[in-house]
Amino acid sequence: MLLEVRGAKVAYRRGRKVFEAVRGVSFSLDKGQTLGIVGESGSGKSTLSKALALLLPFSGGSALYEGRDISAFTRAERARYRRSVQMVFQDATGSMNPRMKVRAALEEVLSVHRPELGRKERASRIAELLDSTGLASSVLEQYPRELSGGQCQRASFARALAAEPSVLIADEPVSALDVSVQARILNLVRDLRERLGISVILVSHDLAVVRNVCDNVCVMHAGLFEESGPAEEVFAHPRTEYTRSLLAAVPDVARALRARREEAAAREARP
Amino acid sequence: MEALLKIRNLRIAFGKGEERTEPVRDVSFAVPRGGRVAIVGESGCGKSLTSLAITRLPPVDSSETDGRISFNGAKRSFSGGASSPGLASLRGRGVSYVFQDPSGSLNPVMRIGAQIEEALPPDFPRRDKKRRTVELLARTGLPDPERAAASYPCNLSGGQCQRCSLAMALAAEPDLLIADEPTTALDVTTQRIVLNLIDELARENGTAVLLITHNLGLVAGRMDAVNVMYAGTIVESGPVETVLSAPRHPYTKGLLAAVPALDAPRGALLRDIPGTVPPPDAWPDGCAFHPRCPRAKPECAASAPPLTDCGGARCACFHPFTGGSGDAS
Repeated sequence: MLLEVRGAKVAYRRGRKVFEAVRGVSFSLDKGQTLGIVGESGSGKSTLSKALALLLPFSGGSALYEGRDISAFTRAERARYRRSVQMVFQDATGSMNPRMKVRAALEEVLSVHRPELGRKERASRIAELLDSTGLASSVLEQYPRELSGGQCQRASFARALAAEPSVLIADEPVSALDVSVQARILNLVRDLRERLGISVILVSHDLAVVRNVCDNVCVMHAGLFEESGPAEEVFAHPRTEYTRSLLAAVPDVARALRARREEAAAREARP
Repeated sequence: MEALLKIRNLRIAFGKGEERTEPVRDVSFAVPRGGRVAIVGESGCGKSLTSLAITRLPPVDSSETDGRISFNGAKRSFSGGASSPGLASLRGRGVSYVFQDPSGSLNPVMRIGAQIEEALPPDFPRRDKKRRTVELLARTGLPDPERAAASYPCNLSGGQCQRCSLAMALAAEPDLLIADEPTTALDVTTQRIVLNLIDELARENGTAVLLITHNLGLVAGRMDAVNVMYAGTIVESGPVETVLSAPRHPYTKGLLAAVPALDAPRGALLRDIPGTVPPPDAWPDGCAFHPRCPRAKPECAASAPPLTDCGGARCACFHPFTGGSGDAS
């Protein structure tokens, strides 16, 4: 088991007030698996993913990475973990340094995580990264604001992959993108898993998106997992009202057209 | 049905000489009174500019705009600046907008209630304004409308802000509500609530809705007619059921295939549309979609296909899908 989370809690403190955004969740992630975490805004899914990336501390429970508790990590282990677990955010443009060209952003990551690489090797590694994210080499000389939303999101995937992670946490990577670009990013996520064997945690409010790429899914509500299991199972037989309401909210073309036809038929059947 | 809004041959151009670009070129469509019409396409296709042209809001106010528009039976002219009385007079009373980014379209230093009061009709009795504002907020389903009226936008969540901007849009009792990607920034549950609300309130007041979106899923459930826009022109238009159940234009088909479907086999590769929408100064000759089109033939690059009747819808394509089984590409 690559990552094993047991009863994890994350709390925000403001003065004496404590707000527990994640109230005890458990899941495990195998190598090469894709796990979807779905829920509405405010359900705690982003807080959980930030804690997994060590951007927030856990306030309870435990998370084991390759069998070791991450809260008991030594400095060196923390550094190694930070490299192995990379994150991609919803707002790609906002998560890139606006004053750095894409080349500089990628080189920075390589100089930290792969300091042994020479200039030539570094250039070929960058070419590889562009290739696996489907970007043209011309983007290297561009600033984030000069890129389209989809290009920028690919660049942030390339940046995350530069560290050669074993886990990639993608927090709503497609919700700000056009549908056609969204399809390309989702295909990219699937490709990363298949080609590089990377485990992916995909956080999203859109169940159709999660269903499309994930093996397992956890439905999060008010800081807890309402249900979890194989994606197929959860989507075919949702057990809780909350999951059903999330499913019903997906704007699905085929379902909407079917409902329209039924409605029209019912209207005609009435005298 | 009588048309509330009719637009014929709308063109919007920016810049002069070498710099001149035409991001909207020859757009015609109509919105019936109380009807629900969608404009669909990727970013950069000119959907928003088209909607802003109706009241000449910026940046269209500084553009060279050409074409004919009639609203409520009265012909108006697109020419003249932002202050030209013809179209500016439509703002508020005739046409209201709800935009994608609610916190950006609300004034951050003004309480919600005061902003909605501003949008009430000018002859609205002053002593009733407060009551009316709370009433409007309550109708959008906000749990505590009094508190929302006293709040600043930063105190509210994205979904709550969007409800407030909807309340503001409806305060003026418009004939046409233009909703420009009103739910793209919201999660699916809130998205459904806001769209249901638009639907419901529009029906109650007989307000027509023009929805601008890139998501065909939203269109399928709620709208009557759809106009698919690509590179500044309408490439396919017609009743929603006709267009979405059997799309004729390869672009419409591409947009449909890109949305993950709930009943598709899990792990099915999504079919994206290769490439991106080029910027307006680089729109190709002929059919603008041909470099990205799987069905393109040499003639597609030579001349632009006109919008013609095609099995219950209108489609601008030399090689449209005709609905037969041979089209399964």
